[in-house]
Amino acid sequence: MRHTISVLVENKFGVLSRVSGLFSGRGYNIESLSVGETIDPHVSVMTIVTHGDDWIIEQINKQLNKLVDVIKVVDMTELDHVEREMVLIKVAPRQEDKAEVLRLTEIFRGRVVDSSQKTYTIELTGDEKKIEAIVELMKPMGIKEFVRTGKIAIAREGIRKG
Amino acid sequence: MKMSGAEIFLECLKKEGVKHIFGYPGGVILNIFDLLHDEKDIQLILTRHEQGAVHAADGYARASGKPGVALVTSGPGATNTVTGIATASMDSIPLVVFSGQVPTLLIGNDAFQEADIVGITRPCTKYNYLVKDVNDLAGIIKEAFYIATTGRPGPVLIDLPKDVTSSKTEFVWPESINIRSYKPTYEGNKFMINQAAHMIAKAKKPVIVAGGGVILSGASKELKELAEYTDVPVTMTLMGLGGFPGSHKLSLGMPGMHGTYFANKAIQEADLLIAVGMRFDDRVTGKIAAFAPNAKIVHIDIDPTSIRKNVRVDVPIVGDVKKVLAVLNKVVKDEVKEQWREVRKSWLKQIAAWKAERPMSYDREADVIKPQYVVEKIYELTKGDAIIATEVGQNQMWTAQFYKFDKPRTLLSSGGLGTMGYGFPAAIGAQFAFPNKLVIDVAGDGSIQMNIQELATAVINRLPVKVAVLNNRYLGMVRQWQELFFQERYAHTKLDETVPDFVKIAEAYNAVGLRATKRSEVEPVLKEAFSVKRPVLMDFVVDWKEKVYPMVPAGAAIDEMLFLEEEKKAEKKLKAVK
Repeated sequence: MRHTISVLVENKFGVLSRVSGLFSGRGYNIESLSVGETIDPHVSVMTIVTHGDDWIIEQINKQLNKLVDVIKVVDMTELDHVEREMVLIKVAPRQEDKAEVLRLTEIFRGRVVDSSQKTYTIELTGDEKKIEAIVELMKPMGIKEFVRTGKIAIAREGIRKG
Repeated sequence: MKMSGAEIFLECLKKEGVKHIFGYPGGVILNIFDLLHDEKDIQLILTRHEQGAVHAADGYARASGKPGVALVTSGPGATNTVTGIATASMDSIPLVVFSGQVPTLLIGNDAFQEADIVGITRPCTKYNYLVKDVNDLAGIIKEAFYIATTGRPGPVLIDLPKDVTSSKTEFVWPESINIRSYKPTYEGNKFMINQAAHMIAKAKKPVIVAGGGVILSGASKELKELAEYTDVPVTMTLMGLGGFPGSHKLSLGMPGMHGTYFANKAIQEADLLIAVGMRFDDRVTGKIAAFAPNAKIVHIDIDPTSIRKNVRVDVPIVGDVKKVLAVLNKVVKDEVKEQWREVRKSWLKQIAAWKAERPMSYDREADVIKPQYVVEKIYELTKGDAIIATEVGQNQMWTAQFYKFDKPRTLLSSGGLGTMGYGFPAAIGAQFAFPNKLVIDVAGDGSIQMNIQELATAVINRLPVKVAVLNNRYLGMVRQWQELFFQERYAHTKLDETVPDFVKIAEAYNAVGLRATKRSEVEPVLKEAFSVKRPVLMDFVVDWKEKVYPMVPAGAAIDEMLFLEEEKKAEKKLKAVK
């Protein structure tokens, strides 16, 4: 099963390679990985998407915790959480498709962030399904370039009723 | 007063109580070596290879319980430590290895003797550091010793650029260490411990499997108390030998691939395994799916990743083995009633029957020297009161099988990584920790040649360390596999006429060389070697055909064993046919 794991680490050089080395050295998969500083500049958060059976996921969690620079490991999959990723798509549509590209962008609540005589560059955030959908729909329009961030995730807070 | 990085280094090591450093000099680490020239409190022991230095530090650590320290230069000096570091890492041995590095401004420029040793050793150290600022040095050294020796111990490497050891700053020794991301769990969960006690009380056929964690945490007393109070037999993994007395009536010897028949039988029949400070290595479990099929498993280990890594566990207890056992012993004494003692009797009777059925054996009458005979004689003559190092292969297994280790920290052997060439430098390290103890490396003719240059280290330091080479003119363990599983095609395992004259080699280094070629010569050679206060290399020309039995073929269940007796029967049949 697929898991999104959030890892709080000390913001030191070499930490990324310790974490990625753990995955490659032990034969675990990384589907995506994103890293960034938190509010505290000494701490970074890594969001790792991986897959494996319960045994492997348990080992991944434990192995991550064992790394000296890892402060906290949270398996987001066990929590109610929000996941987002972002894409930048450069499309070079035929003249007759230009309107369709802009319409799709609007439907998906994307933004055109750059345009030229021949291309539009579209920025879009969303969960994985939304990203995959826009990619599929844009493909026939002529995708020239395409970059995608790794997934980031955050736990939802409960809402008290009444 | 301002101090240079090199001076700070030395001051920190003194604060950590370091007395011995094993090392090898080179260009960028000279700032430190220069200071060691006049140093009185810390002795730098020059080995003849950096690998030897790290293994010596490792042997020192295993024998004494104190962290071992090695000091080498950059580039090849640093890369030569990798095997030693990986060896210590696999066996959880506390080491602090210092490597020189090119000046910080040159790092990344492919400078002379530059190697990214922090990158190279990242997966085989517990943690490692590149010191970029002399102001961080003291804190990093303190932290390194702390990380190496706490939790599940392991090697830590500190890379020291040349300018860091020469630049000056105020020396500030941090009073305490607090790493928010590193908090080992020492106390076991009380609920789980109660569960375990309950299961021990209920079990009809329990077995304790003790590993290296028992020795690392100093839990031998607690383990013995548990076993004796509850009448549970104990089997010790290679790393656990000495953690429970090998001559104890509850001892089953070693389990696994070359384990005893009775240890493996007991595990396979057990209804409860109490795994203490061990990690279910494949050499212990054999085929996982068929391992201990009837047993519930209680697993005590300080490293959570060891638990449920290879086998299913019913009661996981994360904590320091000594602390957990101390609590468990208390609880067990509340739980236990006389009735299960009766139940346990039939289990112990069954085990006694297995012991009688297939005791550890070899041909004791042969005129040619059987390697096991040499090991048994060493045990007999030392009365078990020696520190024994081994190399890797048949010599290691015969030592594990035929020498009864009664005390912890008396066996130094590369268990996890299986490093040939480990034993001799490790024995040298141990001899520095215990100058008056008899330290013996049981070696093979292949292994000893991997670090034979350390004879010079032993001679120049007047160490009375002994090496017993079980010389079968083959890479024996590999040859054994070829005989059993590769149709006797001895590809590249026959050393034969290329085996050097070990007596002459010893003499060339100004050590003592002795040789035995007949069984009757074994004892006199050993006696002479033990009476000389110099390094002695003994060449025991042993039966080359001898194999390590019992043996579980790789991938088989641990009760699917091959035995010497069966081999003999097959040979007899073959002769009859001819």
